[in-house]
Amino acid sequence: MEILLAILLGGFFGFALDRIGANNPNNIINMLRLTDLRLMRIILGAIGISSIVMFSALWIGIMDVGNLSIKEAYTGVFVGGILLGVGFAISGYCPGTGLTAFAVGRKDALFFVLGGFLGAGLYMLSFEGLKEGYSFLFDKISGGKVSLGHIEGSGYEAVFSGLNGHVIGIVLGLVFILLAWKLPKKLR
Amino acid sequence: MNVLKGTLLLASAFLLAVLIVKPIGVSTQFVILDGIVVDALYPEYVTESAESKLGYKSENAYLNKSGGKYAKAISNPINYSFIFVLAMMAGAYISSKTRQTDTEKDKRIPNVWREKYGNCSAKRYIAAFVAGILVLYGARLAGGCTSGHMMSGMMQTALSGYVFAAGVFIVSIPLAILSFKKKGQ
Repeated sequence: MEILLAILLGGFFGFALDRIGANNPNNIINMLRLTDLRLMRIILGAIGISSIVMFSALWIGIMDVGNLSIKEAYTGVFVGGILLGVGFAISGYCPGTGLTAFAVGRKDALFFVLGGFLGAGLYMLSFEGLKEGYSFLFDKISGGKVSLGHIEGSGYEAVFSGLNGHVIGIVLGLVFILLAWKLPKKLR
Repeated sequence: MNVLKGTLLLASAFLLAVLIVKPIGVSTQFVILDGIVVDALYPEYVTESAESKLGYKSENAYLNKSGGKYAKAISNPINYSFIFVLAMMAGAYISSKTRQTDTEKDKRIPNVWREKYGNCSAKRYIAAFVAGILVLYGARLAGGCTSGHMMSGMMQTALSGYVFAAGVFIVSIPLAILSFKKKGQ
């Protein structure tokens, strides 16, 4: 059952990525260059809608709160984001779209994916050394696995524990949608 | 595809995943495939172990993390997250066959690159390879990528999603602007 869901949900996500043009590195690079914000608007809007629907579903109790999966915030998240950002800007690919772009026949994406396997392997090998020599990379930020507001029943701590996590999720969702709606086609 | 339709399509993909199973994530599966390959060459790399919480251990410290979660996935490749990523590639392929295709020229070197750096494929391939190393090393250091941290993280109001997005865009926007600056701009 779980495997069938993986096929359906994964297949649908891949289909969506291709249809919105995320497999095309021209679109990603032009988004980052701020000369074509279509993709940025789609991504912001989709995060916003998902956030509103998901937090509403949680609030009225039709979604299992156990499905939430909040990752830890630590210094390495920021540093890793910077490294990823460099490669993202040069190639126009992220891990997911590198794979799907390869699947739709982009030849440069094959090289990106091969580099990706090497990069992931290098991290695997350097993990122990990083933990010992650069332990600051693993210092938690504001408690680590935290959401912004307190999400009842999730078991996660919150940055602002006095705020209702469902409301924060819905309000931020609206902010994302507003951003997506108001962003111009291009900024440059 | 117009912005509204695209937004609804992408949002449905995120939502169905999180409502039914769990948030989407991709970059871990690069580690899993690396592990599968190494384990095929050296079968003792990942082994069953009663001492490990999830029943599997590896000589590699990273694969042993979180009770041997990665070691377990490597020993059992037919698992949700791994199949999800393979299906994602199939879904993209199906979509590409039912739309107007990109030109062969663009599939070799994207136009935005060609306009700036010319027609040399090797140059683009080397850049893409190096970028792949940086992107996956960075994603593993961060513990997630664009899908896991940025999309799934920010929709759950996870602090980590915002920290990650800040790191990514602080460098990627200025770097893309500088790297692909057109003549006379």
